[in-house]
Amino acid sequence: MNEMTNKIIGTPLDRVDGPAKVTGQATYTADYRPTGKTAEGFIVEAAAAPGKIRKIDTQAAEASDGVIAVLTHHNAPKQNPYGTPEEAGRFTQSHAMLESDHVRHVGDPVALVIAETLEQARHAAKLVRVEVETSEGTFDQFAADVEIAKPDSLDGADEVDTSTGDFEKEFAASDVTVEASYFTGAQHSAAMEPHATVAEWDGDELTVHMAIQIVAPGLKAFANTLGIEADKVRILSPFVGGGFGSKLGVHNDAILAALGAKVTGRPVRVVQTRRNVFSNAPHRSKHRQDLKIGADASGKLKAISHDSLAAMARNYPFAEAPASPTRASYFAPAIKTTHRVVEADIPRVDSMRAPGEAIGTLTFETAIDEIAEQCGIDPVEFRLQNDADRDPNSGAPLADRRLSECIREGAKKFGWDGRVTPGRRREGNKLIGRGMASAIRPNFLVPAEAEVVLSANGQLRVRLDMTDIGTGTYTILTQVAAETLAIPVDQITVELGDSHFPASSGSGGSFGAASCGSAVFDACGKLSKLLQQRLSGKGIAANAISVEGDRVRAGGNDYALADLVDDGALTVKGAVDPSEFDHGEEEYSYGALFSEVEVDVDSGEIRVRRLLGAFDAGRILNEKTARSQLMGGMIFGIGGALLEESTMDTRYGSFMNRDFAEYHIAVNRDVPELEVHMLEGFSEKSNPLGSKGIGELGICGTGPAIANAIYEATGCRVRKFPIHMEDLLQHLPQG
Amino acid sequence: MKPFDYSRLDSPDALSPLGAGKFLAGGTNLIDLMKHEIETPDALVDVTRAGMKEISQQPDGSIRIGSQITNTDLAANSDVRQNYPVLSEALLWGATQQLRNKATTGGNFLQRTRCQYFYDTARACNKRDPGSGCDAMKGLNRFHAILGASSSCIAVHPSDMAVAMAALDAEVLTRKVDGVERRIPASELHRLPGDAPERDHVLENGELIMAVDLPASPPRLQSYRKIRDRSSYAFAVVSAAVALDLDDGRMSNVRIALGGVAHKPWRASRAETALEGQMPSREMFLKAMKEEMSEAQGHGHNDFKIDLLPRVVAGVLRDLTAPERNGDRT
Repeated sequence: MNEMTNKIIGTPLDRVDGPAKVTGQATYTADYRPTGKTAEGFIVEAAAAPGKIRKIDTQAAEASDGVIAVLTHHNAPKQNPYGTPEEAGRFTQSHAMLESDHVRHVGDPVALVIAETLEQARHAAKLVRVEVETSEGTFDQFAADVEIAKPDSLDGADEVDTSTGDFEKEFAASDVTVEASYFTGAQHSAAMEPHATVAEWDGDELTVHMAIQIVAPGLKAFANTLGIEADKVRILSPFVGGGFGSKLGVHNDAILAALGAKVTGRPVRVVQTRRNVFSNAPHRSKHRQDLKIGADASGKLKAISHDSLAAMARNYPFAEAPASPTRASYFAPAIKTTHRVVEADIPRVDSMRAPGEAIGTLTFETAIDEIAEQCGIDPVEFRLQNDADRDPNSGAPLADRRLSECIREGAKKFGWDGRVTPGRRREGNKLIGRGMASAIRPNFLVPAEAEVVLSANGQLRVRLDMTDIGTGTYTILTQVAAETLAIPVDQITVELGDSHFPASSGSGGSFGAASCGSAVFDACGKLSKLLQQRLSGKGIAANAISVEGDRVRAGGNDYALADLVDDGALTVKGAVDPSEFDHGEEEYSYGALFSEVEVDVDSGEIRVRRLLGAFDAGRILNEKTARSQLMGGMIFGIGGALLEESTMDTRYGSFMNRDFAEYHIAVNRDVPELEVHMLEGFSEKSNPLGSKGIGELGICGTGPAIANAIYEATGCRVRKFPIHMEDLLQHLPQG
Repeated sequence: MKPFDYSRLDSPDALSPLGAGKFLAGGTNLIDLMKHEIETPDALVDVTRAGMKEISQQPDGSIRIGSQITNTDLAANSDVRQNYPVLSEALLWGATQQLRNKATTGGNFLQRTRCQYFYDTARACNKRDPGSGCDAMKGLNRFHAILGASSSCIAVHPSDMAVAMAALDAEVLTRKVDGVERRIPASELHRLPGDAPERDHVLENGELIMAVDLPASPPRLQSYRKIRDRSSYAFAVVSAAVALDLDDGRMSNVRIALGGVAHKPWRASRAETALEGQMPSREMFLKAMKEEMSEAQGHGHNDFKIDLLPRVVAGVLRDLTAPERNGDRT
C-alpha cells in the first residue's frame, strides 16, 4: 500500500473544506443565488395561541412597496393535512403550513409575505393584521390539571418504560437512599446558521436548497405535504452551519418557501430570523426528573428509579429519554424507569444535542454524586465499584465496556485527589470545588449507501446524500476513501448533501461518521477489488494496489488507469447493513468528565476553571475533528449546567429570550482550556471502521461534573438547571 | 423596518427639529429596534460626521469627551484609564469588542432597555406602547428593577458606561434646536418611569448630546463591578460603580452608582451619606446598603437582587479599602 495513505484514518488531517469556508467559497443555503430573480419571503407569526384566525387583513401589506404576494390560509396552495399519513414518522409526515385557520402555538406562521427584497417583505409583514380567537391552551406541563400520558414511543430507545428487579423491595432494603426531583429548562439548539431555504419550481419539479441534517426523509416530507411524488423533489444541502438536532427534519421555512415559489413562479428564499428560530424550529422541552436511588452501607447500588415528565408539542410525537443513561450506567438489582408527557400548545419539541443523555446525565449523575456522598465514598470510587459487567437493564452482554477505563484515565490526568469537605476550599473571594461524572451515549449504526467514481485521470469522487453540519464529514470520508483505496487525498473529492446521490444516514444521533464511513469503506473496498480483478484479467497479479496520479501500482509496477476503467470512469456502489452488526450486545460510547469551578463569595457567580474529559469512542477517525467534536460537546455541557435556558411566559406560551443577547450560549470567556483525552481503541463489533459515535459524547457528563463541583465549592446542592447565582446566594459565606 | 428619510448633520450648528425622527450614531441598538419596528422613526439624522470626536483637557482640569467618541476609544484613552478607571472598566465590561468599536458615548447613554417584553411586539409594554400595560410586572422579571420603579414599568436601563458616569459626577452637555446649550448631571439624564415610561430621559426633541465632562480631581479609589450570568456579552444582573478616597483611614468623597436595578443609573446617595467619614468595615458597608435598599421592591424572579446588591457593593468597598491595596494610604 501507499505509504502516504495506508495510515491516514485517525490522523489530524486539516478540514478539506476549511479553505472554502474561511474564504467564503462554501455556499450555505442563504448564499445560494438561483438563475431566476429570487423573491424574499418573511414569516408572519401568530401572537397568540392556540386558537382560530378570526380575521386576517393583508391589504396594507399587499399594497406595500415591492410586495409580490401575501400567502395566508385563504390562498395558500392545497396541501395534505398536517401530520399525515399518521403511520409515517415525524420526519416524513405532511408539514403543511397555512393550511387552515387553526393556530397551534405562539409564533406559528399565519402568513408569508413575499417581496422583491428582504427589507420590503419584513416591513410588509408588520402590516398584516391578524385577529386570533384563542382557546385555553396548555403551556406548562408542571401546572395542575394537565393530562399526563405515556408516549407511544421514545426517542432513541426501544421501550418507554423499563423495570428490572423489584424496585420497591430493594429500595426499602437500602441502607442509604436519595430521593429528589430535578428540573432542567427548555433549550434551543441555537445553531449559528438559522434555518433557511431557497425553493424553485421547474414545471412540476421542485428543487430545494435548504439547511437540513438528513436529506432522504426530507424528500418524503415535501411529497407528503405537497401531494407530489418524492422523485419530483431534489434537496441540496452541501453546507450546514450547525444543526444539533434542530435541522433533522423539514421545518417551516422550507414548506413556506416551496409554497411561495409555487404561487409566485419565482425562486423564493425564506431565512428564519433569530427570533423566528425560537418558535419555527424545534426545541428541547423542559423536564422534571424524579430520582430515587438506594445503596447498601458499602456503597453498592441496590435500587434506582427515574421518572421523567416532558412536554410534547401537540400533534408532533416526540419524547426525549432522560432515563436512558440510568438504564445503562451502573449495575443495580432493581432499575425502574418511566417517561411521561403532557401535550402542550407550544412550538415543536424534538431532538437536541444528545437527546436523553444531555439532561439525563445532568440529573442522574448529580443524584449518583449525592448517594456516593451519603455513603461516604469518593465519587470516583463509587462509580468504579458500581460499574456493570452486563447491561443493567436488559442483562445483555456489553460490547467494549470501557467506562471504568475512562474514569481511571480521567482521574489520573486530572489529578483527582478525593473530595474535600464542601465549602472549605477557598482562594481569596472564590470558593473552589471539584466534581466529576460519567458520560455514556448509545452507539448507533444506520443504513447508508455511497457511490465512488474513479476517472481515468485518477480523480476519485465520493458521493452520498450525507451532510456535513460542521462536524468534519468531508474530511473523514476523504480519509476513509484515501486509506481504503490507497489513493492520495488530493485526488479525492467528496460530494455531499444532494438527494440525487445515494441515500445515507445523514447527520444525527452521532451515527453519521460510522454509518457513512462504513458505506464509503465498502464502496472503496469494492472498487479496489474490481481494479484487482481487471488487472488479473490482464494477467497481472495484484494482491495489493494503490492509485497515484493516473496510474495504478501493483506488484512493483504501475499501469494506466485508462486501460482499466470503462468510458473514462469506474462507478461502484457500497453500503453498510446494520443487521450484519446485530450481535445482541449493547453498545455505548463512554467518558468521564472532571471539572473545577470557582464561585464568587459576594455574588455567587460561577465560572469553570478546569474541564477535562477522558473518552472512549472506539477508533478515532480524525484526531483533530474528533477533538473538536468533544470540545464542542463540553462547551454545550457548560451551557447546560450554567447558561442555556429558553424561558417561556407560561401565561401566553411564548418564549421570551429569543435572541443571542438573552439566550446565553457559552462565550470564549466562559470556557477554560479544555483537556481532551481519547482512549485508543477499535470497536470491532460496531462497524467495519471500528469507530463509535463521538458528536454528542462530550455533552454527556459535562454538566453534572460542573454541578457536582459547585456542590463541593459551596455545600449547596442545586437540583435545577441551569444553575444560577441566586440558587447559591443564601448558602454563601460572608464576603 | 419602516421606510425612513436619511440625512447627515454636518455640524451641531445646523440642528433642526427632529419631529418623529431620531439621531443616528453607532446604530448598534437603534437599527436593531427599527428592524423589529419597535422604533419607527420617519427620519434618521446621522450625527457621526458632525464632529464631536475630541477628548480634551479643559482649563479647569476636567476632561471633555465628544459624544461621537467610540466606547473603544474612550475605554483606551490614557487620561481616562489613569484618572477615571471606573469608566474605562465599565466600558470594557459592556457589550463586545465589535459593538464597542461602533457604539458612541452619546449613543451609549441613549440605548434602550433590554426588557424582553419591550422587545416582543406581541406583548404589552407601556414603554413601547403607552397605555398597553406591563407584562413584565407579573411575568419573567429576573432582570428587572428593584428601585424606583412604578406600577407602569419595571424596566432597567442597560448601560454600564452611564453607571460609571453617574458615579463620577459627569455632566452631559447638550444643544437644543434653538441653539441653547445646557449641562445635565449624568445621574439626572435618565428619568424614573412614573406614569410616562416611554420617556427614558429628560432630553427634548431634537436636543443633541454634544459632549460629556468628567470633573477634575475624581476620588482616587475607583472600581466597577458587573454581575452577570455569562462572563462576556451579557447585560448586568446588577452592577456597581464605586469611587472614594481614604482620609486617615476614613472614607470620604464616597460615590456609589448602581446598574441593573432601576430605570436609570441609580446614585446610592443614602449609602454614600452613611459611609462618609466612617472607618471601612463590612458591618458599615452592609448598614449603609441596608439604608439604601429600604424601599427596594422585588417582583418575584428578581427578589434575589435585594440580597445580592448589598453583598456586591460591600465586596467592592472591601476590595477598594483593603490595606494591601492601598498600602501607605491607610
